Order: sequence, then C-alpha cells, then structure tokens
Amino acid sequence: MQLDFTPAEIAFRDEVRSFLRDALPDDLRQKMVDRAHLGKDDIVRWQRILNARGWAVTHWPAEYGGQQWTPTERYIFQEEMALAHAPEGSPFNVNMIGPVLCRFGTPAQKERFLAATANIDIWWCQGFSEPGAGSDLASLKTSAVRDGDHYVLNGQKIWTTQAQHADWMFGLFRTDNSGKQQQGISFLLLDMRTPGITVRPIETIDGEHDANEVFFDDVRVPVENLVGEEGRGWDVAKNLLGNERSGIARIGLSKERLSQLRALEAQLTASGELAEEERHVLARKLAEVEVDLRALELTQLRVVAADAHGGGANAAASILKVKGTEMQQRMTELVTELAGPAGLAMPQAGGRTNDPDEGWVGAAAPFYFTMRKVSIFGGSNEIQKNIIAKTLLGL
Amino acid sequence: MDFELTDEQTMLSETVTRLVAESYDFQQREHALRSDTGWSREAYASFAEMGLLGLPFAEEDGGIGGGGVEMMLVMEAVGRGLMVEPFFATVVLAGGVLRRAASAAQRAAILPGVIAGDTILALAHSEPGLPRHSLDARVVARHTGDGWTLDGHKIAVIHGQSADHLVVSALSDAGVSLFLVERDAPGVTISAARGYDGIPIASLALADVGLPASALIGSDGEGAAILERVFEEANAALVAEAVGAMAETFDVTLDYLKTRQQFGTAIGSFQALQHRAVEMLMQLELSRSMAILAAVSLDIDPGQRARNVSAAKALIGKSGRIIGQEAVQMHGAIGITSEYKVGHAFKRLTAIDALLGDRDFHISRLVALRGVYPAAA
Ligand SMILES: Cc1cc2nc3c(=O)[nH]c(=O)nc-3n(C[C@H](O)[C@H](O)[C@H](O)COP(=O)(O)OP(=O)(O)OC[C@H]3O[C@@H](n4cnc5c(N)ncnc54)[C@H](O)[C@@H]3O)c2cc1C
Repeated sequence: MQLDFTPAEIAFRDEVRSFLRDALPDDLRQKMVDRAHLGKDDIVRWQRILNARGWAVTHWPAEYGGQQWTPTERYIFQEEMALAHAPEGSPFNVNMIGPVLCRFGTPAQKERFLAATANIDIWWCQGFSEPGAGSDLASLKTSAVRDGDHYVLNGQKIWTTQAQHADWMFGLFRTDNSGKQQQGISFLLLDMRTPGITVRPIETIDGEHDANEVFFDDVRVPVENLVGEEGRGWDVAKNLLGNERSGIARIGLSKERLSQLRALEAQLTASGELAEEERHVLARKLAEVEVDLRALELTQLRVVAADAHGGGANAAASILKVKGTEMQQRMTELVTELAGPAGLAMPQAGGRTNDPDEGWVGAAAPFYFTMRKVSIFGGSNEIQKNIIAKTLLGL
Repeated sequence: MDFELTDEQTMLSETVTRLVAESYDFQQREHALRSDTGWSREAYASFAEMGLLGLPFAEEDGGIGGGGVEMMLVMEAVGRGLMVEPFFATVVLAGGVLRRAASAAQRAAILPGVIAGDTILALAHSEPGLPRHSLDARVVARHTGDGWTLDGHKIAVIHGQSADHLVVSALSDAGVSLFLVERDAPGVTISAARGYDGIPIASLALADVGLPASALIGSDGEGAAILERVFEEANAALVAEAVGAMAETFDVTLDYLKTRQQFGTAIGSFQALQHRAVEMLMQLELSRSMAILAAVSLDIDPGQRARNVSAAKALIGKSGRIIGQEAVQMHGAIGITSEYKVGHAFKRLTAIDALLGDRDFHISRLVALRGVYPAAA
C-alpha cells in the first residue's frame, strides 16, 4: 500500500500547477473565488486557453485531441484545476457530446463537430428531459417523424441548461411508438437556429436564468444528424450518462471550498466576529467535514486505482455521485451558516454581490440554494441509490 | 394539561388562515414581490382591518392585549402564506421594543399609526463585524447638549426601506441603549436590498444623526436587556412562522408525491420517498409542539423562558432544513424554480434559521443554561 503520489505524478502535478498559475486570467479566478455567476464568454475563453495547451478534452481518444493520461494523472489534473479556482469547461461539450461522437459518430459527424466542440466554436445543450420524463427518461414523448431525408420534430424539452446560448442541441426523440419504451428512441443533433424552435427561460431560486424550456414545432432535422442507429438512441444515451456521472463527485472543488472555509475561520476569528463558543462549534464542524471529505477522497482514489487495473468502476461512480454531491451541499450550507444575517441580502441579478469586499457573504446563500440541484440532475441521488442497490447489492 | 384553543383563539386562527388563503395566494405574493416596495399595502391593510396589527399591544394603547398563543396562530398563517409584509418587523420586533420599554408619550405618538397599518417600523440592530447573534452594538451614541448624536452602520434591517421610524441600538457610556430615529432625519442613509427570502432589507448609515432627549427608549444602558426580552418573543413568533411554512411545504410535497407520475406510477409509491415524507411529518409535529411550548412560555420566569425559547428555535432550525431540503429534492428540478412555492418556502426557512440566533447559537445558549429541563431541585 502506498498512498503518496509517485515522483513522476508529482512532477506532473507541478507542471499542471505552473501552467495554471500562468494561464488562468486573474479576473476569471476572482469570479470563481467570489462564486460569481460565469457567463458563456468566461467559459469559452478559458476552454480555448486550455485547448491551445491540448488540455481541454483530455479524456477523449488521442486521435481526437485527448491525452493518454493515467486515471491518477486525470485525477490530479481535475484537482489542480479546482484548487487553482479554474472554471470547468462546458460539461455538455467536454464530458457528454464529445466522447459520444468519438465513439458513435459517423466520419462526417466527427469531421464536422469534434474539433469545433473541443474549442467551443459550437456551444452544445442537452435535450433529454421532458415535463413528463425526468428520472423516467425512457418515457419521453417528443416525436421525430421521418419525412424523406429529414426528421420532423414536435413536442417539448425542459430544464435545458444554457439553451439560450446554445448553437446546437443533442437530444433524444421518439421515432417509434410500437415496441418497448427504450427501443423507439433516437439520438439527434440539431442546429438551434432551425425554424420552429422556441426557447423560454426558467428562473431558479438562486435568481439565475440557466434552465429553459425548449419547444419544437415542425422542426426539420436532416437524417445525417442521427447519431448511432435509428431507434437505438438509448444505448448512446446510457453511454453519455455514464460519462456525465464520472466527474460529478468533484472532490477538488470540495477541497477548494474547505480551504476557503478555513480561511474564513481564520479571518472571522482574527476580527472578533466569532464568539468563543462559536469558534469551538465551527472548529468541530470543520473537523467533521474534513473527516468525511478525506474518506471520500480516498474512496475516489481507490476507484481511480481500480480503474487503472481495469476494475469495474461503474457502480462506484454512483457512490461517488451521491456522497460527492452531499459533500458539496454541506460545504455551501456551512458557508451560509457562517454568513448569518449579514448574508440575507440577495445579490443583484447577474451575480453582482452587494458589497465587493464581502463577496463571500453575499454569495453564500444563493450558492447554497443553487447547489441543491446537484443531487437532482445527472440522475437524482435516489436513482443512484437504486442503481447501487441493484448492481452492487443484487436487490 | 390542556392543548385546546379557546373559542376566541379558534376563531382567530380560522379567520386569519382564511384571510391569507383567500387574499394571498402564490401569484399575489409574486405580484407583491415585484412591486417597488416589495410588499403589498393592500394585504397589510387587511391585517389592520382585522385588528391583527394591535394584537400584542395593551388595550390602553389601543391594542387587543393578546398573548403568545394568539401571536403563534397569526404567525403560523403568515408562514403558510410566506407573507413578506412588515408584520414581524413592525409589530413583533420594533413594536415589541416600544411595547416593553417605550414611554407613554412615545407609545401614544406611534402605536395608533402602527395599529391602523399606516406606520411602518423597523429594528436596526445587527452590525457588520460583530458576532452574528450578539446583543452588543458599536454604533456610537454621544450625549450632546440635552440630546444625542449617533454614528455608525447597521445591516440586515428588515423592512428598513419602508419604515417611518427606526428603533436603533447604540452604545452610550452606560451601555447598549435604544433610540427612535426618523427615517428622514438628517444624516440617515438607507440602502435597500432584497433578502434571498424575498423580504426587503436595508443597511443603514448614521452620520452625526442628532436626536432629542425624548428619542431614548427606556433608560440609558437598558437596551441589551430590552432586546433580549423582545428577541425571545420574536423568536417564538419566528418558530410559529416556521411551522406554518413547514406545514405548507409538507402539504404541497405530499400532494406532489401523490400526483407526479414516473415509471408508470405515482412517485409516492416508492418506499425510498415514503419514509422520508414520514420523517418530514414527524419533524413538523415536533416543531408544532415546540411552537406551543415557546408561545406559552413568554410570561414565565426568565430562566425557564430562555430555555424553552432557545430549545424551540434550535429545533425548528433543524426541522426547517430537513423539510425544506427534502421538499426541494422530492420535487426534482421543479423544486428549484422560482415559479414554484416550495423553493421559496425553503429559502424562508433558511432565513428564519439565520435570524435572531441560528441552531448552533441556541444550542450553545442551552449549554450555558445547562440544558432544557429545569435543574433538579
Ligand atoms: C439545474 C438543473 C439543470 C438541468 N439541466 C438539464 C439539461 O441540460 N438537460 C436535460 O435534459 N435535463 C436537465 N436537467 C433535468 C434533470 O436531469 C432531471 O431533473 C432529473 O432527471 C430528475 O427528473 P425530474 O426533475 O423530472 O424529477 P422526477 O423524476 O419527477 O423525480 C422527483 C423525485 O422523485 C424521485 N424519484 C423518481 N423516481 C424514483 C424512484 N424510482 N425511486 C426513488 N425515487 C425516485 C427523484 O429522485 C426526485 O427526488 C436539469 C435539472 C436541473 C435541476
């Protein structure tokens, strides 16, 4: 047993560190520190910097721009990104549609989309969920009816994150009603400027506009935009959802938040804003969180190591998703508790905090509210537990 | 033991619950939130018409002389409707200070307007840089001539923007003292914001604000004691409001569990959710018990009163979180949209925990008081 990184891994970490120190623009870093809302421009700008270094899509196959890193190197990279306050790239581009096209795309689709996706010349959104089909995704109804060399789409998607900025959508549509639910679903790519598409924003409780409803009214999509076989979109989607889940524990992010909490503890102690008793309570809570985070981190590393030896990491991804998201939520809850009544004021729309010197205070509560979503999307934590019960426990 | 309400109390509860249900549905609340002031004069006026704004005030001040139980019933209805109107700020907080400590002249000058719904009050106590739930103040009160001058900064002043009169805590030579400040007095600057729970709040800058001697409430240096007492009543009211918000959240969630279909069945048929809904119900009932305890404790001996109120506030801090978080989670994505009530209830429950001492604060207070139960004789 050896829990330390090897010298080669440490050298790799230092290389990542020094790159991030030089390449991450200060204003972006500050936004991340303040928990300010990142705009499309912010994410595009950063992903292009990473892409220029060859690090935007590291887990794609090497022929499409990926890096042949070991699972441990990948882990180190993710952690260093989070600790440096670097934004994540667009998950829809990097973790979802990119890998799917690498695997299922036609040569023409690869040619047309992959490089543009890595560089976010195309901004993607994910059209899976519908009002009646959330956890039960296979019950989706939005139809794609073949008409010559086009599909004609009618129906509605919901919760489509960033659809207002998207150039393209990848989505699931029903091409057949006759067999088992899963069988009549097809995976299509569509240009968001196609006539007949309406995007309507949904405001969330943190005051932001990230989610949308998308309506389809006789939207014509060329048949060449089908990914995989007609009616076999479910296989493509399952592959994609597996990828969506794998990065979702975000230990690096929780570590970064923990270090922020420690800094806050020191700051509030020094300024006398914490009464003696409060200091003890806070210290205990932070220690408890550290215990849980350390356990989660080592569990993730065990999964990473098992992955390196070709072990089955799939159901483990569900464990990491549940525990990782609970950890992220606990962190934001602690910051909100610390802000207390001073954190009551809601930042103005667009994420400006009320008082720039007190950025963390103003951002604390909205961040806590918005983080409630991580246990809902990407397959809710209840659904993850169902998966664990079925695949690991055989229940 | 008797947990029954009197006939009058039952009637009060029914009328105020009906008033809120009929005149303050979610759309009307949204509408109020979007207005300039962020709350509805009309809804507030209907409270005045029912005499609710006079509830805790003495009959000789034009009030009704109601007690903790009456306040609990009204606040529960306020919580059910997630009302953002200044009832708590005006009647319970600042009004509580006036009721407990103001001179007859001060009461006569201000309370009739309060009871009629024409006058809005706010309490400015929290300050940046002080421990979060402290009774201290750093705003400076200096004797000048036969009056006072105030200097300093306040935050989280609930409904500060709409207030006609502010009750401001400040530190004089004698200790923390309370003052009446007119909102348009020279040197007073109010910056308005919205709380994440929708309720308007403000910060307050006081620069050389000159006050007459008659602005002092109670005696010089008595402020912390007055506030401690008023905060106990206010906490009992917040606990009741939380119970209302939790009850509403629970009802909405239960309804959703019965109607939302996934995998060809109502999601409420999944045992994983059933047990959690049961836990929510149990937390709600425990909270209700503690709201009753707090409400009937307001006039008992101070030591036990403090224990009971802190126990109640600590408990609802926890159950508010459980119920709020579970309601959002069990609704799935719809739970975190601002078009849907449970997300707002979750936010209000979060704010209630943060106000006047959160769960940790009240648990620590109970540690200092050596527990909830009276010491064995
Ligand atoms: C912020 C946000 C962004 C999103 N972005 C996108 C996007 O870009 N594209 C997209 O397609 N979708 C997106 N989603 C949708 C997301 O995938 C769904 O919210 C999720 O699949 C859950 O579906 P639902 O919200 O309809 O909840 P429901 O499926 O209605 O579930 C309600 C509750 O019941 C529980 N439940 C359901 N079935 C079971 C069961 N069998 N056993 C136990 N419990 C169960 C759930 O866990 C949940 O607590 C987003 C969601 C959020 C919150």
